[in-house]
Amino acid sequence: MAPISRGFRGRRSDVDPGRLPPGQYLTPDFPVLSAGPTPRTDLATWTLTIDGAVDEPRTWSWDEFLALPSETFTVDIHCVTKWSKLDTTWTGVSLDALLDGVETEAEFVVAWCDGDYTTNLPLEDVTGGRAWVAHTYDGEPLEAEHGGPARLLVPHLYFWKSAKWLRRLTLRPDDEPGFWESVGYHNYGDPWREQRYWSD
Amino acid sequence: MTPRGPLVWRTATIGAVKEETPHARTLSLEVPGWPGHRAGQHVDLRLTAEDGYQAQRSYSISSAPEAGSVEVTVELVDDGEVSPYLVEDARPGDQFEVRGPIGGHFSWSVDEGGPVVLVAGGSGLAPLMSMLRHRAARASQADARLLVSARSPRDALYRDELEELEPRAGLLVAWTFTREPPPGWLGFAGRVDAEMLTAVGPGPQARPRCFVCGPTPFVEHVANLLVDAGHDPHLIHAERFGPTGG
Repeated sequence: MAPISRGFRGRRSDVDPGRLPPGQYLTPDFPVLSAGPTPRTDLATWTLTIDGAVDEPRTWSWDEFLALPSETFTVDIHCVTKWSKLDTTWTGVSLDALLDGVETEAEFVVAWCDGDYTTNLPLEDVTGGRAWVAHTYDGEPLEAEHGGPARLLVPHLYFWKSAKWLRRLTLRPDDEPGFWESVGYHNYGDPWREQRYWSD
Repeated sequence: MTPRGPLVWRTATIGAVKEETPHARTLSLEVPGWPGHRAGQHVDLRLTAEDGYQAQRSYSISSAPEAGSVEVTVELVDDGEVSPYLVEDARPGDQFEVRGPIGGHFSWSVDEGGPVVLVAGGSGLAPLMSMLRHRAARASQADARLLVSARSPRDALYRDELEELEPRAGLLVAWTFTREPPPGWLGFAGRVDAEMLTAVGPGPQARPRCFVCGPTPFVEHVANLLVDAGHDPHLIHAERFGPTGG
C-alpha cells in the first residue's frame, strides 16, 4: 500500500485515461532531453544507411531521402521522464518504405545517431506502420534540438526509443542494448506497462 | 554501471526541511533500504492522494552519497502540480514514495578524478552540488570548477555552503547574476558567455569532463559554447529540464 501524502490533492487532467499511460502527465510544451550537446549536421554530407544483416546496405543522401514517399501522421508521445504530449503531427518516411524489398533474417535493429547515441528495438516494432524516420514536425523542418534533420519515431514505445539525429539502422539477429538500455533503463520500454527501468 | 537490484518503490519520510530561497527548499528524506547513489543521479518521487490518485516526478539528488539521508531540492514551478505541494505544504513526518537511484550518464565520482567543469543554471545546481559535497566528503583535491548562473543572490542555492567549500585546494566557484548582481559586485554578471567559461577554465586541452545542468535553453546555450571553445562533445554531459508541469 502506498502511503498517503498528507494534504496532496494533485491536479487531475480531464484527458481520456485511455490516452495517458500510468505515471505520466500531460504537457502542452515540447521538452528537450538528450545526454550531450546538440550535434551539428551538414545536410550536404548527411546520409541515412540501413546495414547489418542485409543482402546489400542501402544509403540515401538528404535529397534522396526527401524524395521517398512521406506520410503525415498524428500520434501521442510519452517520455520516460513522465511527460506525455498528445496529438503531435509529423511527416516522415515509414520504415516499411525504407525496408521495402530488404531480405533479412534479423529480428532486432539498432539505431545509430550523430553524437554516438544508440537505441535497440525489435524489428517487428518498427515495421507494420508503427515507425517512421521523421523530418518534419507540425509542418516545419524538424529543429535540431528535437532531433533534426531526421529522427526515428516509434510512438508506441517510450520516446527515448525515437532516436534523435538518426544516421544508421543496423539490422541484427541478436539484441544489443543501446545507450540508455545499458545504464538501467528498460530494454523494451512500453509506456502502457510502465517499463521505465530494467526491473519494471 | 551495473544495476544492483530491482528498482522498487520505497516509503520516504520527510526528516527535515530547509528553506533555500523564497521559491526553493530542500527536503531531507529518510528512506529505509535506500541502496545508495552516485553523485549526479536522480530519484523518482510518487505522491498519493487520499482517493488513490498518484503523480510522479523526477528530482536530482543534492546530497552526497556519503550523507546519511537522501536530499532533494525542489524549486517551485508556477502552475505546477507536485512542486507547490513539496515547496509549500509538505512538512516533516509527511510521506511519499521514491525509487532510484536513476541515471548513470550524468554522474561523477572522485575515483574518476578531475578535471571537471560544472555549469549550473538555477536549480540545475542540485546534482552538481551532490558532486561537490561528495568531493568534500572524500577530501578530494580533484580539479573542479563550478560556474553558477542565478538571477540574483536571493535566488542562489547553497551559496554559504559553497563559500565554505571553496578554500579547499582544487575547487573554484564562480557566480554570474543575470538580473540583479549585488551592490559593488565585481564578479560575473549576465548570461553565461565564452569569456566566463574561459576565465573559469580549464580549457579543452585539459580535456575536462563537463557537466551542464539547467533549463533546456540554458543547457543548449552552454553546451554550444563549450563545443565552440573546442571541448570534445563526448566529454560534455547534459541534463536538461523543462519548466513544465513540475
